[in-house]
Amino acid sequence: MIPLSHYLTLGAVLFGLSVAGIFLNRKNIIIILMSIELMLLAVNMNFVAFSYFTGDTAGQVFVFFILTVAAAEAAIGLAILVVLFRNRGTINVSDLDDLKG
Amino acid sequence: MLCAICAILLCDLYSKDGRRLTYILSQVALVGTLFFTWGVTPDGSATAFGGSFVMDTMSSVLKSWILIVSIGVLLYSRDYVLEREITTGEYYTLALSGVLGMMIMVSSSTMLTLYLGLELLSLSLYAMAALNRKDVRCAEAAMKYFVLGALASGLLLYGISMIYGATGSLVFSEIAAAMAADSSSSAAVFGLAFVVAGIAFKFGAAPFHMWVPDVYDGAPTSVTLYISAAPKMAAFALAIRFLVDGLGTAHDSWQGMLVILALLSIVLGNLIAIAQVSIKRMLAYSTISHVGFILLGVLSGQAEGYSASMFYAITYALTSMAAFGVILVMDRNGVDIHLLTDLRGLFRRNPVYAFVMLIVMVSMAGVPPTVGFYAKFVVLDAVVSVGLIWLAVVAVVFSVVGAFYYLRVIKYMFFDDPIEAQPVLAPIDVSAGLAVNGAALLMLGLFPGWIMAACIAAFS
Repeated sequence: MIPLSHYLTLGAVLFGLSVAGIFLNRKNIIIILMSIELMLLAVNMNFVAFSYFTGDTAGQVFVFFILTVAAAEAAIGLAILVVLFRNRGTINVSDLDDLKG
Repeated sequence: MLCAICAILLCDLYSKDGRRLTYILSQVALVGTLFFTWGVTPDGSATAFGGSFVMDTMSSVLKSWILIVSIGVLLYSRDYVLEREITTGEYYTLALSGVLGMMIMVSSSTMLTLYLGLELLSLSLYAMAALNRKDVRCAEAAMKYFVLGALASGLLLYGISMIYGATGSLVFSEIAAAMAADSSSSAAVFGLAFVVAGIAFKFGAAPFHMWVPDVYDGAPTSVTLYISAAPKMAAFALAIRFLVDGLGTAHDSWQGMLVILALLSIVLGNLIAIAQVSIKRMLAYSTISHVGFILLGVLSGQAEGYSASMFYAITYALTSMAAFGVILVMDRNGVDIHLLTDLRGLFRRNPVYAFVMLIVMVSMAGVPPTVGFYAKFVVLDAVVSVGLIWLAVVAVVFSVVGAFYYLRVIKYMFFDDPIEAQPVLAPIDVSAGLAVNGAALLMLGLFPGWIMAACIAAFS
């Protein structure tokens, strides 16, 4: 039997990885989108673990909603990415510097 | 209420043909929902959907104002979206689904509904920010908004999962009960920190404000108008539902965090705004400082503070709507105005708009008798009453600093010569809307009683 703390640690590590992925990455916006997905999945891990150990199913219902929203979010993110690429011909993060001040 | 939401969705579906028709149908949907909200307001509070949707005084007051502000926003932006050949149908559809998201947010009583409403609003806003497909800056703003907004949602969700783990429930009232029994739970406080960071991101409070200036500047002005007005009230509802309804007993833990957020927002917002030459960026930084004031009322942790914040959020939405409304009117003829100096001589080009902008600027600076003065006064009163006098003093000092850049706008409008002489013209309904909006800011400053009474009733 794996204790709850192991799941939570895994969730925290995944969450930390995804935040690091968003902030450290200077190259590719697609990697940022992947990090965002990873972040939501880390949260899902937390929810399922809590839900299993407290015996309350509300957390698992929440996970389904998060999955749905994550799909919508990915769609919008990729759509914006396509618009950006059409306008600029690059998806390099450090090229996004038109707006400053 | 449910019927009203369905009505909006149905209108969305069938209103995609014909640009004029879309506009009219959207407005009809908003007005219809407004009357519906008034019609079904129960005494006390009622719940639906197995307790996940609540209707109380706060939600009906906020909903009414969200709808009123949205009606104004669509009115001001109508000609802009037509002229720029932004895909009009999508603009209204997304705007309406954003309104629906806000209404779900203000009436949610579980973390799940709150999250779903928030995402419905955010996803609509991301798409709206990218609507002007041919504009490079627009796409960049949308991308930044999307990444930071998604990050904020992730932080908020992580906090929600921690609170769920600590209290074993998603319903705010049950969370409050569990927290009252054991308020020192470290998992809950850990989750609380993430939730506060997520809320601050959505509000645009410093130090989580990076997206605000870029999005305000890059997005089409009509979308900036939309983002700056009603979502501030929804963000206020988000904070109240989470921090007061759910985690009210952990007030000591979140008060400190909000003090830092409010202080940084007021200081940074006002200082950086002085250095701006772009009018939209200046208003963005001024928004950050106003968000600081809204947080000041929330952090007091008392009913008076909450109602003061609510009054501030409502009146700020009205003020900001008028400001961007005037900018939108000046944007006609195909070119966007960009620099503060483009406002030069507005008084000679159209005195009515110049006076509306004058009232807006004076109100944002917090000079009596406009509404901004009264809003700041009640918020500061709440802060002083909980003994945080130093915080109130800092807030006052920096709003005096802020008065500098507001007065500079007034100087440009009234005392400088216009660069181009041609008068600024707008359709009669837009002009009338702006005039009413400006007059409302003045009248509410003189007679703030009825909105204030509604705000106090929401928290009693």
